Amino acid sequence: MILNAFVRAVDELQIPQDKILCVSGIGCSAWIPSPNFRGDTLHTTHGRALAFATGAKVFNSDLKTIVFTGDGDGAGIGGNHLIHAARRNIGITTILVNNMNYGMTGGQIAPTTPHGSVTETSPYGNPENPFDLAELVAAAGATYVARWTTYHIVELTRSIREALQHRGFSFIEVLSQCPTQQRRMFGMTGPMQEIPQRILEMFSESTYTRGRPPGGNYFYVIPSGSPEEALREVGEALDGVEASIKIVDHIAFGRTIRIDTKDQEVAKEKLKDMSTVERLAGPLEGKRELGVFVREERPEFTETLKGIIRKARGE
Amino acid sequence: MLKPGRHLVLGNVACAEGAIRAGCRFFAGYPITPANEISHHMASELPRAGGFFLQMEDELASMGAVIGASWAGAKAMTATSGPGFSLMQENIGYAHMTETPCVVVDVQRSGPSTGQSTMPSQQDVYQARYGAHGDYEVIALAPWSVQEMFELTVRAFNLAERFRTPVMLMSDGVIGHIKEKLVVPREIETIERRRTTNASCTPFGTDDPSGVPDMPLFGDGCQLLVTGSTHRPNGLRDDNPRYHQMIVDRIRGKILRAESEIADTVKMYMDDAEIAVVSYGASARPSYGAVERARAEGVKAGILRLRTLWPFPEKEVSDLAENVDAILVVEMNVGKVVREVERVACGRSRVISIPKVGGVLQSVDEVHGAIGRAI
Repeated sequence: MILNAFVRAVDELQIPQDKILCVSGIGCSAWIPSPNFRGDTLHTTHGRALAFATGAKVFNSDLKTIVFTGDGDGAGIGGNHLIHAARRNIGITTILVNNMNYGMTGGQIAPTTPHGSVTETSPYGNPENPFDLAELVAAAGATYVARWTTYHIVELTRSIREALQHRGFSFIEVLSQCPTQQRRMFGMTGPMQEIPQRILEMFSESTYTRGRPPGGNYFYVIPSGSPEEALREVGEALDGVEASIKIVDHIAFGRTIRIDTKDQEVAKEKLKDMSTVERLAGPLEGKRELGVFVREERPEFTETLKGIIRKARGE
Repeated sequence: MLKPGRHLVLGNVACAEGAIRAGCRFFAGYPITPANEISHHMASELPRAGGFFLQMEDELASMGAVIGASWAGAKAMTATSGPGFSLMQENIGYAHMTETPCVVVDVQRSGPSTGQSTMPSQQDVYQARYGAHGDYEVIALAPWSVQEMFELTVRAFNLAERFRTPVMLMSDGVIGHIKEKLVVPREIETIERRRTTNASCTPFGTDDPSGVPDMPLFGDGCQLLVTGSTHRPNGLRDDNPRYHQMIVDRIRGKILRAESEIADTVKMYMDDAEIAVVSYGASARPSYGAVERARAEGVKAGILRLRTLWPFPEKEVSDLAENVDAILVVEMNVGKVVREVERVACGRSRVISIPKVGGVLQSVDEVHGAIGRAI
């Protein structure tokens, strides 16, 4: 999906293919450009794509350089190179595919795994807390920063187009499905064929776009145990209230119950002190913000270096 | 850049000057004692020559940037010491696997770990050869003077371009930091990688007897697939054992077949020598003094100085073992090159290790005494 969005953006911008350099590290994200894309591709060591890309881009700034990386590759082992590339504001577009775990190696915790998630290296629940990558890279100095999900494919394609045209370091975090590993992370029971679609719906449920906060008359009921048991008890408790009650998947809560109703106060009152309910949560809680967060113009690194050459030569 | 003629120059500066004269136009490094003067000189002189200097966030990034720049067309270099050399190994292995021409300077200091951070050693000999995981050959050069810091850096770039391989320049904290006469020549022979812009080229396979494929660059329109994974001659990843065997055979063969051209040794007082000292880099200096003193006393001593450490000069050392009674190997480590000499000598001569640990160069007295005891 991301390859598609990228190719579409490249096509719309009419970038000559022999000037495109795709650099990737190790992991599933690294296979987005290599070997499928018909341009030059550089498939590097784990986490180091931005360092290799920096060398190539500095020496030949005509190369339209794009780095594809994942959350483990780019923010784990590659975290240092990520923040420094952003700090330098080098003219590279980085698309970071965030599936919230080290997927290729079997689903280990990553710097983006939600707290409490069960993975291969956190069988008792993740003891660590995740980065907000868009915030991190923005703070490091990137001049175009956006976050979308693979559900928001139209906005993603537009952002890629903007990023490719941006002068300076552009960064797009893409929350992405990984049905194989996320199933366990988010407690998604049910048939495997349905999981990819459910993850996309989870992304829709768990995010909102900047400038369009989730309004709407709904709230969440977080089960203390089995969602099905909670659903049954909640359904009985809300008998007589006009409400839509369903189980949804949520990045922050796992499988949880969503209640859409005009009579929110009445409903919440009826849900007090239920043994199958851990607590209630508002529509905004635990949601990830999407959008374009930074769009600035600052001197781009390779241009600064060329200025240094002119200065050194007394031109 | 220094003009042709005579100059009094620091070893590290001579190395940087040699690089720029050889055509280096990209340097990426990270601060580390005792290599810093190379970075400082590159920072001021490379831009004057139209090149790019980068101080990267760490040594892993430095080596990565060097490789990226090389594939964009640069003669590229980095410089470091032991701890940084350790950090660079994974990407050095990547350069081997992708046959990326580049130069890595290791101004050796005393370890392991932080060790004696400001004192010299020759402890990284095997790290240069085997530091990265996997099967590959290495070219490593060992300068013993400021003049050789210049000349061997030029040679390093030429070998890197000719064989499409990373080349290690194994200096040390003594040679990097002494000031000596440097004669900068008017003319320098430089070698460039064989380029191609043919879209159906095989950048990672060739029938050429040299074993070195032509190298396209990013932006040439060749749809380059550069990867550290095992790959087919066109670069497409394929971990089939057949392709792996092909790559390993070829990247090793291209260097081993040329071993006699790459091997570079200097013999002094060897014609009728019965005892030989084998040494390299800074250690060869007191060794030379000791041999001269022994000769003045009538001892038939000689010295074989290694200017290449890898591929190990098998033939020269084998001939030596055939012709002398004893070989003393003088080095600033616990005895590493001596193991290669023992291997090659294969019992035909006594081989005696003269190790020195502690970040201090041997003295002429020490080596002379060892020669005396070996008679």
